[in-house]
Amino acid sequence: MITTEQPNAQGYYGDFGGRFVPETLMPAVLELEEAYQQAKQDPAFQQELDHYLRQYVGRETPLYYAERLSESLGGPKIYLKREDLNHTGAHKINNALGQALLTKRMGKRKVVAETGAGQHGVATATVCALLDLDCVIFMGKEDIERQKLNVFRMELLGATVKSVDQGSGTLKDAVNEALRYWVSNVTDTHYIIGSVVGPHPFPQIVRDFQRVIGDETKEQIVTQEGRLPDAVVACVGGGSNAMGMFAPFVEEEDVQLYGVEAGGSGIETGKHAATLTGGSAGILHGTLTYLLQDQDGQIQEAHSISAGLDYPGIGPEHSYLHASNRVTYSSITDDEALEALQLLSKTEGILPALESSHAIAYTMKLAESLSSDHTVVACLSGRGDKDVEAVKAHLGGGFHG
Amino acid sequence: MGKFSIDTAIQRVLDKGDKAFVPYIMAGDGGLDQLESQIRLLANAGATIIELGIPFSDPVADGPTIQAAGQRALTSGVTLKKVLDELKRFKESRDIPIVLMTYINPVFTYGPKRFAEDCEASGVDGVIVPDVPLEESDLVSNALKEHEIAFIRLATLTSTPDRLAKIAEQTEGFLYAVTINGITGVQNRFGDQLGNHLTNIKQQTDKPVFAGFGVSSPEHVRELTAYCDGVIVGSKIVDLLHQGNEEEIQTLIQSAKTAHV
Repeated sequence: MITTEQPNAQGYYGDFGGRFVPETLMPAVLELEEAYQQAKQDPAFQQELDHYLRQYVGRETPLYYAERLSESLGGPKIYLKREDLNHTGAHKINNALGQALLTKRMGKRKVVAETGAGQHGVATATVCALLDLDCVIFMGKEDIERQKLNVFRMELLGATVKSVDQGSGTLKDAVNEALRYWVSNVTDTHYIIGSVVGPHPFPQIVRDFQRVIGDETKEQIVTQEGRLPDAVVACVGGGSNAMGMFAPFVEEEDVQLYGVEAGGSGIETGKHAATLTGGSAGILHGTLTYLLQDQDGQIQEAHSISAGLDYPGIGPEHSYLHASNRVTYSSITDDEALEALQLLSKTEGILPALESSHAIAYTMKLAESLSSDHTVVACLSGRGDKDVEAVKAHLGGGFHG
Repeated sequence: MGKFSIDTAIQRVLDKGDKAFVPYIMAGDGGLDQLESQIRLLANAGATIIELGIPFSDPVADGPTIQAAGQRALTSGVTLKKVLDELKRFKESRDIPIVLMTYINPVFTYGPKRFAEDCEASGVDGVIVPDVPLEESDLVSNALKEHEIAFIRLATLTSTPDRLAKIAEQTEGFLYAVTINGITGVQNRFGDQLGNHLTNIKQQTDKPVFAGFGVSSPEHVRELTAYCDGVIVGSKIVDLLHQGNEEEIQTLIQSAKTAHV
């Protein structure tokens, strides 16, 4: 049976994972592992985390039966896990809060983080304001253009946002610069990585802090439906909302799990971010996992309408769940995601993030093959306010008639 | 060839009372057809060993100078395979040891076994992989051992005493002592504790210890070689080579020799 047990002592999930970082960072990575193991055993740490999750983040989030959406698709009952209702508007804060508390526990006062769409950056800047930590956020130049409001939000929260010009100026390049910054400031700075990627123990820590999504969902669906769902769907860039959602369901063999990657303009065009669908195994940002790369091991640019999925790697545990066939990974194109965003907005009055719209779009496809006896849970990882401008640009703003 | 030629080259320098100088260049920066003449220029200027960088799209241990050099090389189509082929072509006509500095992914994609085989066939004597710490070294160390290629390890300011002991024990050829918490690039001055750090490393091992990262002037070379057996100079050499400033390269390399006569 496949479960989300701990990775092995070397930080591997099957053939994937590990710690491929420069020696300068190794002691910090080992210190983090030890601090995390201790924190996990410490009821006081868990209490503090729970307190902030309830009183500050606003958990638990609803598991909402999307009746009108379900009816319009004519298939299964569709439930939405409303991570968009968290403080700061996405699931990212679950992890940022947990890691910021760990930062304090390690006696560090400074935090560095990367961000793509800006959601993780905003979440990190937010918890750093809350816990009085210094905060530096690296963001690709291209993403800064795409997400100007989030940049200003981070600055309002007291963070320093640094623009990254290298490469394509997107999430991958922001991670590179955050890693370089961490190497140079490792003695007093913690790196709050935003997804289930990076060297061990980051994939494990981020998954565990995001697991609250799946744990709540499992209880809520049993309360509302009297049984587990038939399928669970989540979008995957690095894969933190998906890993957190899947974690408690992996051992439930009757529950089908679906990870949805960003298909960009279509896999066949080469312009996509579908790592498992169109990539191969390699090593980037400290972990052995599936990557978009050429035959010489040079990392390729990812392409997606959603800045948060625009990453050429994926969490190593996803690679493992893919290789072991426990989770089915497929992709949704930019156009399909845009369509799903509009449908959910019109049928339910919920504007989903472009990232989450990939999960909704796949749920729409899945609905075609399921009947009203079935239930499907889709993770609505974030709200779409940040994307309104980008969506308008794509749809041509032709709404006013 | 292999480990043996690195050991011999270092011993020859140290026996004369000089210190070793290892210039770093990015393979294919300026075109792969320039590689042979670049290596010859550095050898004639008095280099002990050449450290040859393999370009990578995401070089997280490197600062702006080497990032830019790598980008130039990648843009001109340089790959690990092409570098190895080119090194093989003029293998017989060079006698200075070659150490490759590469991130792990190009090696992983190439296949560690095939990489080690082709390194031997191309006359590569040692390999440095900055993103492979002790914990992951099995991925490449066995293949390199089989072909007698030195696997050179890095020790850093953050290495704990027990890690330092393991690194000193496992490194081959020389021990690469990283002088700063940071990435490669020109540095104005080093931390006050660096002398103690290098002395401490020297006490841990009989193997030669070379200091690298941020070394960029004859003054640095003299300052650091007071505590260790040699220096590795990257960004400054890459800059000078890019500018075609052969004279200053000569002066820099010679500073390892005149320092301790």
